[in-house]
Amino acid sequence: MINNSSTSSTSGITIESVKKSFGRKTILSDISLNIGRGMIYGLLGPSGCGKSTLVKMIAGISNPDCGRITILGKEMPDFSCMQQVGYMAQSAALYPTLSAYENLDFFGSLYIPSRSLRKERIHEVASLVNLTADLKKPISAFSGGMKQRLSLAITLLPKPAVLLLDEPTVGIDPLLRQAIWKQLRLLRDEGVTILVTTHVMDEVNQCDELTMLREGSILISGSVKSIIIAAGTTTMEEAFVHFSEKQENGGYSYAN
Amino acid sequence: MRIKAITKRIILQMFHDKRTLALILFAPILVLTLIYFILNSENKEYTIGIIQAPEGVVQTLQDQTDYTINIKEIAPDAIENALNEETIDAAIDASSDSVTLYLLGVDSSVSSRIQQLVKRAFEQQVQAPASHSMHFEIHYEVGDATSSLFDKFGTQLIGIIVYFFVFLIAGIQFLSERTSGTLEKLLSTPMRRYEIIMGYLAGFGIIAILQSSLITFFVVYVLGLPSHGNIWLVLLITLLTAIHALSLGILLSTIANSEFQMVQFIPIIILPQIFLCGLFQISGLFSKFGYIMPLHYTSHAMIEVMMKGNGLSSIKFDLLYFTVSLLFFIWLNMQLLKKQRKL
Repeated sequence: MINNSSTSSTSGITIESVKKSFGRKTILSDISLNIGRGMIYGLLGPSGCGKSTLVKMIAGISNPDCGRITILGKEMPDFSCMQQVGYMAQSAALYPTLSAYENLDFFGSLYIPSRSLRKERIHEVASLVNLTADLKKPISAFSGGMKQRLSLAITLLPKPAVLLLDEPTVGIDPLLRQAIWKQLRLLRDEGVTILVTTHVMDEVNQCDELTMLREGSILISGSVKSIIIAAGTTTMEEAFVHFSEKQENGGYSYAN
Repeated sequence: MRIKAITKRIILQMFHDKRTLALILFAPILVLTLIYFILNSENKEYTIGIIQAPEGVVQTLQDQTDYTINIKEIAPDAIENALNEETIDAAIDASSDSVTLYLLGVDSSVSSRIQQLVKRAFEQQVQAPASHSMHFEIHYEVGDATSSLFDKFGTQLIGIIVYFFVFLIAGIQFLSERTSGTLEKLLSTPMRRYEIIMGYLAGFGIIAILQSSLITFFVVYVLGLPSHGNIWLVLLITLLTAIHALSLGILLSTIANSEFQMVQFIPIIILPQIFLCGLFQISGLFSKFGYIMPLHYTSHAMIEVMMKGNGLSSIKFDLLYFTVSLLFFIWLNMQLLKKQRKL
């Protein structure tokens, strides 16, 4: 489903002045981002900073209060776009009474009508996340990490051109985590646009570009190297602290 | 294709969850069997009122070893009240050539048992063939020779029980789809909103067909509920009832946050319907509330078809009600999904 022929624009995902609030609480205030095609883009921030809300709006399953979101040049939600977008939620969205295979088969059948093609693809993605031996087990017997991996496998199954992964590596063994990142890089090289959220500062080193998000607004965007240079620190954690302090001071001075 | 995927998944889920499957298939049968035994348990003691009867007949009745028969002298004009208040089970009047037997007629097993006893007593007394001079006239205060209390209750209970179980199980299933995040995942795919609802209707529709066939078969062939009408019409009514319960269950699951909150709808949604659907005689303004309740139409249609043996034309209004309200609920469900994804 990767479509390289229609590269009329180079942007994979664009977010223009998006705002969202639940009741009186503002979750996201005026977010604008431009994520290029064929890159791994990180969304870094502590829990509650609005990462998941933003990803849901990009996936088209939550409506922004105002602003525009486009994927591959089409405004979301759009059915032809959704066909090419793979969304993985933070908590594994699976049917507990069904087996891993049945879960894969169900979600797969929404994209791939042919039973034999689907079967082939299920075994491909299952081996990718190291679950081939567990395909017959019901989800209720799965550990948290296994559910996470199955969820990722389900998302990768239809070969989407855009991947939206909300904390995909939580609870996964470091060895397998490395394997998953390697796989994501391979997909990127094939032209897939990948948006990954994380609250683990070290993980963003794997990203081509990233945005730091705090309390619903952007701290800074750029490549890992440029952010570290701009902050004048050595680690991402220190850089995050640096820009957070700057935001707060900026906030105060603005108020005065 | 995507509708089929959801349908297939729902059936798979149900068959993996053996307890829920057993609940939806066998709990109704258990409940109906219990009610059958409660309503059909045989009384061994009857009180018979005598207006006028030969001494010998009365003696024979009192000499019964299998049953205890109490005899009570009664005036002709007191029969109606006594029968209705159930101070007597029957009354005998043999003042003229023929014998008149007064019965309440609510429970056919009681009626036929007493008839049998009284006829036998007369036959023994008059030492002649029964056909000769014995002529019985039977008066039923209400009902007729065949109606038992379970016949009327059982007919309506099929609909009530189907409604109850489908409402609860489908509602909880859709609720868990919402809370587990799988609904969100579904909405992130190119799945259309109507496809989700239709997939659910088809999946639970198939389970409901299985359930209502089993219940109808059990009630008619095992518990012996008389079915005078077309069995396919009975299935159609139960299926519509089940799908209605499903769409209402899905709708109400949107305002429940947990399975327990879904259970809390039982006293609000299910119980009033049971009381007002026509199962019990309720007079006055209160009974009018029944007209807005789906089970009222199920009950009416079931009695028309099963007890009276009427055809499609007699239940067309009930079917119309189901069609209209069903379409409304499906539309409402799709609008609610729109809150999540505007497409």
